[in-house]
Amino acid sequence: MSKLGDLGARLHRGEVGYDFVGNRKIWYAVSILITIAAIVGLAVRGLNMGIEFQGGAVFTTPKTSVSVSQAEEYATEASGHQAIVQKLGNDTLRIQISGVDTGKSDEIKQTLAEDLKMAPEKINADLVGPSWGDQIANKAWQGLGIFMVLVVIYLAIAFEWRMAVAAFVALVHDITITVGIYALVGFEVTPGTVIGLLTILGYSLYDTVVVFDSLKEQTKDITKQNRWTYSDIANRSINSTLVRSINTTVVALLPVAGLLFIGGGVLGAGMLNDISLSLFVGLAAGAYSSIFIATPLVADLKEREPQLKALKKRVLAKRAQAEHEVELAADGPLDDEPEDATPAVVGPRTQSGARSRGRGGKRR
Amino acid sequence: MAAPKKGRSAGAQSKPWRALALILIAIVALTGGMFASGHTTPRLGIDLAGGTSITLEARSGQESAINKTNMDTAVEIMHRRVNGLGVSEAEVQTLGRENIIVNIPRGTNSEEARDQVGTTAKLYFRPVLQSQVGAAATPTPSDTPSTGSSGSTSPSPTNSDGETSSDSASPSTSPTSQGRAVTDALKADPTPSTSTSESAKATDGASPSASADADIQVLQAKFAALDCTDPKQRAEAGKGKSTEPVVACGEDNGGWSKFMLGPVGVDGTDVTKAEAILDTTTGAGWKVVMDFNSGGGDKFAEITGQLAGQTSPMNEFAIVLDDEVVSHPYVNSAVTGGKAEISGNFTQEEAQNLANMLSYGALPLTFTEASVTTVSPVLGGDQLEAGLIAGAIGLALVVIYLLVYYRGLSLIAIVSLLVSGTLTYLIMSLLGPAIGFALNLPAVCGAIVAIGITADSFIVYFERVRDEIREGRSLRPAVERAWPRARRTILVSDFVSFLAAAVLFVVTVDKVQGFAFTLGLTTLLDVVVVFLFTKPLLTILARSKFFASGHTWSGLDPKRLGAQPPLRRTRRPAATADPKEA
Repeated sequence: MSKLGDLGARLHRGEVGYDFVGNRKIWYAVSILITIAAIVGLAVRGLNMGIEFQGGAVFTTPKTSVSVSQAEEYATEASGHQAIVQKLGNDTLRIQISGVDTGKSDEIKQTLAEDLKMAPEKINADLVGPSWGDQIANKAWQGLGIFMVLVVIYLAIAFEWRMAVAAFVALVHDITITVGIYALVGFEVTPGTVIGLLTILGYSLYDTVVVFDSLKEQTKDITKQNRWTYSDIANRSINSTLVRSINTTVVALLPVAGLLFIGGGVLGAGMLNDISLSLFVGLAAGAYSSIFIATPLVADLKEREPQLKALKKRVLAKRAQAEHEVELAADGPLDDEPEDATPAVVGPRTQSGARSRGRGGKRR
Repeated sequence: MAAPKKGRSAGAQSKPWRALALILIAIVALTGGMFASGHTTPRLGIDLAGGTSITLEARSGQESAINKTNMDTAVEIMHRRVNGLGVSEAEVQTLGRENIIVNIPRGTNSEEARDQVGTTAKLYFRPVLQSQVGAAATPTPSDTPSTGSSGSTSPSPTNSDGETSSDSASPSTSPTSQGRAVTDALKADPTPSTSTSESAKATDGASPSASADADIQVLQAKFAALDCTDPKQRAEAGKGKSTEPVVACGEDNGGWSKFMLGPVGVDGTDVTKAEAILDTTTGAGWKVVMDFNSGGGDKFAEITGQLAGQTSPMNEFAIVLDDEVVSHPYVNSAVTGGKAEISGNFTQEEAQNLANMLSYGALPLTFTEASVTTVSPVLGGDQLEAGLIAGAIGLALVVIYLLVYYRGLSLIAIVSLLVSGTLTYLIMSLLGPAIGFALNLPAVCGAIVAIGITADSFIVYFERVRDEIREGRSLRPAVERAWPRARRTILVSDFVSFLAAAVLFVVTVDKVQGFAFTLGLTTLLDVVVVFLFTKPLLTILARSKFFASGHTWSGLDPKRLGAQPPLRRTRRPAATADPKEA
């Protein structure tokens, strides 16, 4: 802890830090590449839609010694359709038969029960008509749309439209990546996946909002000074909330990892697994995008404002001048950190917020 | 800006016990409520408790037919049906705009239930041959049946006990008179040809030469043996071909009555429209008006014409919905013109219920099974266990992480998590009986995922406090100064999370909804806990020596946090020196 705590302190003071905003072009490029890969994957491979989207039946048997291939044979025979059988962690079988009419499933279940020599009531059946998954998915898309509109409006009011736009882009980014990974890896898409995907919405934004909140606070009086550009402060906001972002992501991922372990490792397949898998992928993408995409994007948008453009000019001019002065002073040991000297030379502390800021971005 | 903030934080600081007391009271009250309600565990959904869950999708020729009124009617009918099977706990709800979900707990014959809910309603009008009020009923003289205002119509009601009970109470219900009554009715039956098939069935392999009389004997015996207070018998009663007389049960003013009914006179599908209206012109109160199609109108005219001249109860016709008598008005005169009204001392609700039932025959909806999930109690238990284990693992990992990272401070976070968990559990338990909330697997997932969201609020606050300490403040002012900013961040981010949950809850269906509900609930609770528990607790603990002195294990050690000497802001040279050291 002490190391991490120490890192937190140094991040807070701005002694260490990564220039997220300065290197944004690299990360934009990375994201664009990933997004393109995701879209290509989606277009070429498509999504592996679960039984819920095609209509069919999933039977789960109690513990049995019947082999997978044997069960597959039984199921195919009983249904007249191709069956996929998986052995789950606890020696139960998951038999998936697509294209079966819900009405016929009872017969199939009976036959299967006889073949597998078990009581029919002990077999779980999940039967879905072909339109059920679509209905769930349609509702989910609808929910997604409504949520996005509301959240953009909310962010535009609570913060400003640029942040809303950036958050929106980050959100689309996360969802595209998650969907893309599903397409590329070929994970099965079920209603559980859709649920997980929808939760990412909240989470992805949650993280972004915390960074924005800090950004908003720190840039309150930005035009009243001329030491830092908007990008500088944006960068510092990210760095100073970095510990929190890491902690949040870790704390969010840990329970999901628990779910994934139990859902995937022990139960084998099912709702728990599906939800946690898409959550896991999405959370990771969300943490990435709020730091590397959303905030730099806000800085980009912001610095198009004439006011802040002017500020940037002023700041850069001042820095050039300061550097010049430093050069004149020809102070050797300070060479590696020329900007550290600036506060002493230039820095009339004009703003009340300088308390934290003064030390913050020295490194930039 | 600074002044009000200070004032507020000072206020909050001075009354931390009050907030803690408040949350304690809330917990105690909720716990009390939970034990009082007798539901000490959350109600489990089908996927965890075992059972069958059927989702039906409404289909209709015309899009506008899928509306709230029709769906509600359908739900009501299906509810009657599944509960008619003796499943009192089955629940039927609309789900979104065009779905109905039927949850049948384990231990019931789910196949039969599936058959029941999937099929369209069977609504028939049958003449009453004989009726008897169940034991509980007491004869109350007459509900003053009124005649309808419209000239063409008027089967007036027997709003039941009146006629029927007095009838059954009288000694005239001797076997002979009953027998005669039935025979008469059968003679009056427009399709007497059914008697042979009827005998074959009713006598059940007895002498093939059975006459109509023998037939009636069997029916009589059935009628006498029928005990409508027994749900099993009740479910069996009423079944029979539409062309044959049957025995059936019906609920009358809270008690059960049994009936012997003639063959079907009019089919429910012949009803085109039924509605409850308040008769203001004659002051007859609420009544139900129904329209028949032309074929139905003719048949209804015929049957009412036959019934009109009879004596009670044989002047009644029974409205039989799914083999159960829902109403049995008597007829004054033949009802012609394809319109009929039933009047009596209806309350608005009764009238509307009856109208709903009558409309169901005319409901332009069919239902297809969109999904059927059957979960054996074993698998349900496994899933619940897996969910709980996953939750425990997740919680343990979070606790370990917090402990390592925040040390003593993490205890506050852990206790806060426990408080939040307790509140969630209590509210979920109470919501079971209150709004029918059932904990299903996605809801469990939602709760587990919420651990992260809840823990994050603490992280936001703690990081703020640490930042303040790094600025060189001592703990107590740091706790107070950090709060207003952390509070805003927590509110803003929780609002976004809640918004996501709320939208999902409103828009989506079924499983997604359960998930969204838990997520929304836990997000709300997170705000409550942070405001009323975590913050006050930290304020109080900041006074303790362990935390205030910045003990190494408190997680607030200024040295470890790399706090600045307080001097640095007053003397600038010191500040410039710092980075060089770093």
